[in-house]
Amino acid sequence: MTSSGSPFAPAAGARILSLGGYQPGNVVTNDDLATQVDTSDEWIRSRVGIISRRFAGPEESVTDMAFEAGAKALAGSGLSPGDIDLVIVATCSTEASIPNVSAVVAHRLGIVAPGAYDLNAACAGFCYAMANASDAIRAGTARHVLVIGSEKMTAWVDPTDRSTSIIFADGAGAVVVGPVADGEPPGIGPVAWGSAGDMAEKIVIADRNSFLQQEGQAVFRWTTTALHPIAAQACERAGVAVSELSAFVPHQANLRIVEAIARRLGVPRERVADDIVHAGNTSSASIPLALSRMVERGELKSGSPALLLGFGAGMCYAAQVITVP
Amino acid sequence: MNEQEILAGLGEIVEEIAGVPADEVTPSKSFVDDLDIDSLSMVEIAVAAQDKFGVEIPDDQLKDLTTVQDVVNYVSKNAGGSA
Repeated sequence: MTSSGSPFAPAAGARILSLGGYQPGNVVTNDDLATQVDTSDEWIRSRVGIISRRFAGPEESVTDMAFEAGAKALAGSGLSPGDIDLVIVATCSTEASIPNVSAVVAHRLGIVAPGAYDLNAACAGFCYAMANASDAIRAGTARHVLVIGSEKMTAWVDPTDRSTSIIFADGAGAVVVGPVADGEPPGIGPVAWGSAGDMAEKIVIADRNSFLQQEGQAVFRWTTTALHPIAAQACERAGVAVSELSAFVPHQANLRIVEAIARRLGVPRERVADDIVHAGNTSSASIPLALSRMVERGELKSGSPALLLGFGAGMCYAAQVITVP
Repeated sequence: MNEQEILAGLGEIVEEIAGVPADEVTPSKSFVDDLDIDSLSMVEIAVAAQDKFGVEIPDDQLKDLTTVQDVVNYVSKNAGGSA
């Protein structure tokens, strides 16, 4: 036992070691949707900025997608399953709440007896989970953490509701988080998080037999007014100027929300993630999906600071600056 | 702040957010029908107007403001003495 009583020596900070993204095979275009609801490619592109998205098949679960993304991240980390001692899955779209996704995914990945829990902060879930992972490593309650965001939003969206069916989609993204070397600065900055429960009724799934409903205009106003100060606060806490960011990776809610927040924060458009264009809104999966794709394409310089901002139902929000692996 | 100043400020906002040239933002124009501005852009315009003029335009008021003159009137009527 270490002197702190924790299973591991406390670390000075945590960082992302590797990333992995997974999208189901079924590509759904705007024209495909227009055969089901009264909409059009032009309308969807101009309102939400999506060109195509992926839908999971009927047999493909949140757990299946979490496994795929988790396996990629784990492979990229160079660690073995036995090195992971905590698995956190951010999700708000499982078909059933028992058993949790994290323990099942851990088992399928060959991770033996890790701490495992699911976390629901809706579309902010991934950033909440990252904060938990970083804190666990810093405290010495975990050494290596697998953080996954996985969502099957289509299970909770009415395919005949054109206000939501054109936006939401399915997918998963994952990262492996580990300690920084002695003397190195943290690669996951202090979180700026919070919630606005007074607005909770703006995005709801009323019960297990209901579909997701949201008040689009009210949500749009909240996201474009309340969140850029949170993002700025995360930068301030990390000691990074907005101008120094190599990328701003907000939750891919709607391209116009993404662009409006970026404009108010003062991030140039070319540094803003726009993964929604071909992924749709995948709730807690959208940030790790976007980030993994940007890293895969070599768009982000290793070691540079990127700002993550999750926000959504609750209304929950969280932001932190991370170092690109 | 007189109506001309509000109109000029509103024109700048509409140009920045919706890409409509400021000189086309004239009092009789309808945002939706003449300037091709949708409901989400209207929210952005309302938010920017709040920053610029210090007047909040809530969603339930915004839906009734159909023309440029309607917004100018609303801002003019609700602007505090310090604005």
